[in-house]
Amino acid sequence: MADNSMTTDQRNIMKFDPKDHEIALSTEDLRVFYGKSEAISEGDLQFERYKISALIGPSGSGKSTYLRSLNRMNDRIATVKGKIMYRGLDINSNDIDVYEMRRHIGMVFQRPNPFAKSIYENIAFALRQRGMNKKQDLDEIVERSLRQAAMWDQVKDDLNKSALALSGGQQQRLCIARAIAIKPDILLLDEPASALDPISTSQVEDTLLELKQNYTIIIVTHNMQQASRISDYTAFFNLGKVLEYAETGDIFTNPQVDLTNDYISGNFG
Amino acid sequence: MNAKRVDKIATGILYGVAGLVVIILVALLGFILVEGVPHISWHFLTSPALAFEAGGGIGIQLFNSFYLLFLALLISLPISLGAGIYLNEYAPQNTLTGLIRTTIEILSSLPSVVVGLFGYLFFVVQFKLGFSILSGAFALTVFNLPILTRSIEEALANISDDQREAGYALGLSRWETVTKIVVPAALPSIITGVVLSAGRIFGEAAALIYTAGQSAPALDFSDWNPFDISSPLSPLRPAETLAVHIWKINSEGIMPDAKAVSAGASAVLIIAVLLFNFLARWLGKRLYKHLTAE
Repeated sequence: MADNSMTTDQRNIMKFDPKDHEIALSTEDLRVFYGKSEAISEGDLQFERYKISALIGPSGSGKSTYLRSLNRMNDRIATVKGKIMYRGLDINSNDIDVYEMRRHIGMVFQRPNPFAKSIYENIAFALRQRGMNKKQDLDEIVERSLRQAAMWDQVKDDLNKSALALSGGQQQRLCIARAIAIKPDILLLDEPASALDPISTSQVEDTLLELKQNYTIIIVTHNMQQASRISDYTAFFNLGKVLEYAETGDIFTNPQVDLTNDYISGNFG
Repeated sequence: MNAKRVDKIATGILYGVAGLVVIILVALLGFILVEGVPHISWHFLTSPALAFEAGGGIGIQLFNSFYLLFLALLISLPISLGAGIYLNEYAPQNTLTGLIRTTIEILSSLPSVVVGLFGYLFFVVQFKLGFSILSGAFALTVFNLPILTRSIEEALANISDDQREAGYALGLSRWETVTKIVVPAALPSIITGVVLSAGRIFGEAAALIYTAGQSAPALDFSDWNPFDISSPLSPLRPAETLAVHIWKINSEGIMPDAKAVSAGASAVLIIAVLLFNFLARWLGKRLYKHLTAE
């Protein structure tokens, strides 16, 4: 086991050259406080467009806190300082319409949380709230979203059934379908498969790989196989700091920071 | 003694205690129903009460009870819903909201006779509403608000935060999330709470004696203009309810069949309250089923 005090200075954070890589989202000196205690102290990351970036790290390392700050889900429980840059805008500033912003940066949670409504309504509801009322348009989007989430064939005859009657894996894919129905740019996923069995997990992973063509995906995961299977880039969090951020292949075969090595080889966390 | 034996004895005692409660309740209910049901007839349920002769009914009192219940719910439901939503969805956790919660708790344990006397001084005397349906409905609102607010707040609190986050993550505002996701999901338990509180209101007597009054003047059921004093809908007429009627007959009734009228009225009251309870369960279950599966 490595000595933490010696190795916390070690860091290896990859920076993209914007000329070669299109950046969908980036954070600059992001700091998150719960009351007075600091949960995230330095979060400087860039996320490339149409790639899957995984955030890994032990429990309490701040990866979920960081993720939830990106679309300001933490606003009510924490203080978030620093910049979150999206399309040249700092979306962490006060004059951003948070509700509008979240239509561009969608989120799927750890536990499947479908609404107590029908499968159809789970997807159509948010669209209707934004003034889309034509049945034909709604039908089309519901079908497309369910297809993209790879569950259309399973539920196409049961669209009016309650979403709560679905299995956990189907519920989670419905939540993904619901999130992509409003056509966000970026999809944030907070351990989306941790409550699922292995078969459902691999279905969700296939869905994500499929979605990568059209969405920038940032995913928090506890499961290192999952990170290595689906992600292009991986960030390693420890004690509220990003210690290493690199291509997933490099992180898992040739980590530059000792703690990263310890974590991925299962020595702690 | 070993653990297994202690467990057996404890189980026995618990069964005994539970059995005792059931026996007392069944005996009480049985007594009221056996005494009262034979006296219930269509005539009894529809004709007006008679003060000095036998053969009077409870028609007007029954109507008054339902009308007061309706008015009390009409006033208290929107206020409770708003207060419950505020307390659970909007209020920050601080001393002020803590104080509000404590106040509501104290109010909900206020003896109903105190509510009645307050209603008398405030609505009847101060606001010059007299002994009237309106005074009674306001007193019942005071009586009902804290209980209903708490039950609605609890119903909302039982909805997981996951649901709210799901709404926010789709770009819905807090208002949209509360009104379109949280309240609908909590609807089964809210409705159960409303119907149960309706049962309490229906059986309430002490809060009404000094507010809705103890007389039931004859009503003209062909006149539905609420501004006519003899109209059933008139909010300013005095209105003795079923529960108040039972209390009055037993304290000063001089009709020859007072005992039978009282027994019949009690049975009707109990049956109505039971129906409210069954209705609450049935509605709650049905709505829940409707929401969770087809």
